[in-house]
Amino acid sequence: MKAWRSVARVAAAGLALAAGGCATVEPWQRGALTRYGLRADRDVLQQAATEHAFFSREATTGGRSVGGSGCGCN
Amino acid sequence: MSSLPDRIAAACQRGVRLVAAVLAVVAAAGVWVPSARAAWAVGGVLPDLAASGVTGPVPELKGKVVVVDFFASWCAPCRASFPAMDRLLAEHGARGLVVVAVGVDGRVKDHEAFVRRLKPTFATVHDASQKLVASAAVEAMPTSYVVDRAGRIRHVFAGFRGAASERELEDAVEALLAEEVKP
Repeated sequence: MKAWRSVARVAAAGLALAAGGCATVEPWQRGALTRYGLRADRDVLQQAATEHAFFSREATTGGRSVGGSGCGCN
Repeated sequence: MSSLPDRIAAACQRGVRLVAAVLAVVAAAGVWVPSARAAWAVGGVLPDLAASGVTGPVPELKGKVVVVDFFASWCAPCRASFPAMDRLLAEHGARGLVVVAVGVDGRVKDHEAFVRRLKPTFATVHDASQKLVASAAVEAMPTSYVVDRAGRIRHVFAGFRGAASERELEDAVEALLAEEVKP
């Protein structure tokens, strides 16, 4: 029982440490989000494939204004 | 000879102590706030821009009404605010208004290209290290600080929303220009 309590404490401490990895981007740091590597449209082929997968799965929700059955076959 | 669970427990307790020590250090770092932030509040004295590590000539600010504007090349409202500040300076520069725009781009070429494209009539300096803007801890880009002739921050305007923001800024500047200068 004592051993399990210690394991739980270590796990809780580990989670707390992992949460510390979350960072707030300050307003003046948002320029980093405009860099080429973070653009969603930097690779045309990948974007097309991602769009296809997205509308195939999400069409029933009306996502991206594309109709379809959502079966992934169009 | 201790049992396996006891040995695991002992090892875990050592681990807990180590993690607790690390967490204490992380927490201490997280709650540390640079004291300079307090200076950028309304009523505070404008920090010495020339001594803040920015590059570019800082004009003489003593006895002037000053607008210090933090901007960045990637910020569309900042771009929209530049012509408004040009108009403000053209209108009130002769009465003692000085505008200093502080660019916070991490890259010099982005800052320089932006300034070259917009050709502002007011002074621009570059805070490449972002230390000055971090000390101000602005809540939005752009943010303008309006400073009276005594060097005290009197107004802070976060963001730029076209004509409404231009009018707010102009009203604040006009009021400060009309204030009597205390000897």
